[in-house]
Amino acid sequence: MSVDQKMDGSRRQLLLVTSAAGGVAVAATAVPFVASLTPSERAKAAGAPVEVDISKLAPGQMMTVEWRGKPVWIINRTKEMLDSLKKTEGEVSDPNSEKPMQPEYAKNEGRSIKPEILVAVGICTHLGCSPSDKFKTGAESGVSNDWPGGFLCPCHGSTFDMAGRVYKNKPAPDNLEIPPHKYVADTKILIGEDGKA
Amino acid sequence: MTTKAQAVMDWIDARFPLTSTYKAHLSEYYAPKNFNFWYFFGSLAILVLVLQIVTGIFLVMHYKPDASLNASGVPVAFASVEYIMRDVPGGWIIRYLHSTGASAFFVVVYLHMFRGILYGSYRKPRELIWIFGTLIFLALMAEAFMGYLLPWGQMSFWGAQVIVNLFSAIPVIGPDLSVVIRGDFVVSDATLNRFFSFHVIAVPLVLIGLVAAHIVALHEVGSNNPDGVEIKKKKGADGHPLDGIPFHPYYTVKDIVGVVGFLIVFSFIVFFAPEGGGYFLEYNNFIPADPLKTPPHIAPVWYFTPFYSLLRAMVWPLFGLDAKFWGVVAMGGGVVIIAFLPWLDRSPAKSIRYRGPIFKTLLAIFIIGFAILGFLGTKPPSYAFFGVIPGAPVAQLFSLYYFLFFLTMPVWSKIDKCKPVPDRVTG
Repeated sequence: MSVDQKMDGSRRQLLLVTSAAGGVAVAATAVPFVASLTPSERAKAAGAPVEVDISKLAPGQMMTVEWRGKPVWIINRTKEMLDSLKKTEGEVSDPNSEKPMQPEYAKNEGRSIKPEILVAVGICTHLGCSPSDKFKTGAESGVSNDWPGGFLCPCHGSTFDMAGRVYKNKPAPDNLEIPPHKYVADTKILIGEDGKA
Repeated sequence: MTTKAQAVMDWIDARFPLTSTYKAHLSEYYAPKNFNFWYFFGSLAILVLVLQIVTGIFLVMHYKPDASLNASGVPVAFASVEYIMRDVPGGWIIRYLHSTGASAFFVVVYLHMFRGILYGSYRKPRELIWIFGTLIFLALMAEAFMGYLLPWGQMSFWGAQVIVNLFSAIPVIGPDLSVVIRGDFVVSDATLNRFFSFHVIAVPLVLIGLVAAHIVALHEVGSNNPDGVEIKKKKGADGHPLDGIPFHPYYTVKDIVGVVGFLIVFSFIVFFAPEGGGYFLEYNNFIPADPLKTPPHIAPVWYFTPFYSLLRAMVWPLFGLDAKFWGVVAMGGGVVIIAFLPWLDRSPAKSIRYRGPIFKTLLAIFIIGFAILGFLGTKPPSYAFFGVIPGAPVAQLFSLYYFLFFLTMPVWSKIDKCKPVPDRVTG
């Protein structure tokens, strides 16, 4: 078509309107396809709370349970472990748990309801690996010579103290998540529900 | 050609451009006569692509993308891969061809890219070929990553966990984005099924389209060569480049020699070391996925490790954003920056044969650094060379060098002392 040919204005307008309508139709059609990528109703419903009996968990021991497909750790901390939290205070990036990585009732030094029992999601806040427990202190831990005990993520080397607080200048940005939980009996914990929601 | 055969050809050509396509891309596509062995890797990449598609078609006949546990408590997907390896006749070799083929693909593609850097094949007028190539590299990474989830072993699971979580580092939309990618709040059956779909349908289609665009763009402008001179500038009386020879039969025959050489090496690995010493198939991946326990040492497959080292190198928060975010930026930027080479390189000469000492020195350090980043990426973060030189700062140093090599290229490529470039290829 040569440039000097006269443009038919009404046909051009029809073309634009129909193209725009077609574009809207295409965008609307994409909705169910994108929606199908989001978690299904079954996946959303799978978050039922888990009840755990901790009566056999001796001091210094740790157990792992599955909640929403994630590992949840329960650690019965010894006095030495709790004392180590004082030492690590200056070395962790969020010592007072300012960031919302825990329910209100776990916003304390031990990040727990009962001081000795730590309940934490065992997923590194960096890229989601599950850190390994390094409860032995010092050179024996294989972490460092002055290691006070805690967790080491094998993937990218983030370290956490005995309250799941992340050390400064590590790839992980946040402390380990404390899931909502409550004591239904003295030695029974319900993970995933705290009645406060 | 007999008149009968000619008549058939004429009938087809009147309806489909068969003869003209054959001429344009094979018998009358003039390629420079001075190609060396570096020019094998393009055709070898096509060979491996075909190998992956064919073996993949046969694997899908027996594989089951299902994360639920079977009667013996093993995930169905993991069990179906073991079924292919043990019970399907010929299954073991088809599977090993596919899993070793993935590593072969990256070997060939890395060498192909290095050839481009050696001879300046990305320079004007081949910028689009290079960009299509970078996109192929990206698609290949996506393809390899999603394929690695399918056996549903420990490395499959935790590798996917880490890489999908990379997206959650993006401010604002990140956390929701990673949920949409997984289709669940954790890597699960939903993730496995969608990765299967992408791995066998979506990404291969994109890959084939990009390869077609890569070749069409190449045949439009013509191939570069080890001298980095434009053969189209000197044409003979017949209108063909003086330094060009028809692709068929000259380079089809030469490429077959490359194929034979490649297949000798490749077969040797498939038959005698299909796991590549734990680098092609990691030992932890022979353990079924366990969502509660990360293996003590996790590392990506070797072809991702240089970029993985870039990710790990970032441990400081900057501008109020987490170190995690900057790690992702470094990793993504490390791939994307390659696409900008055509505009970063200001050298008067294209080929390394006529480029100066600055380029040769910096490129040598770059290659060594890239290899060291790759090596460190396979090691835990606490690794130290000979037990004394800590690996982490070395990785940070070479990560910095990786980016500086590209970002300062406009300066040093311009001031480098190049030799005069000849008019014609030198043989």
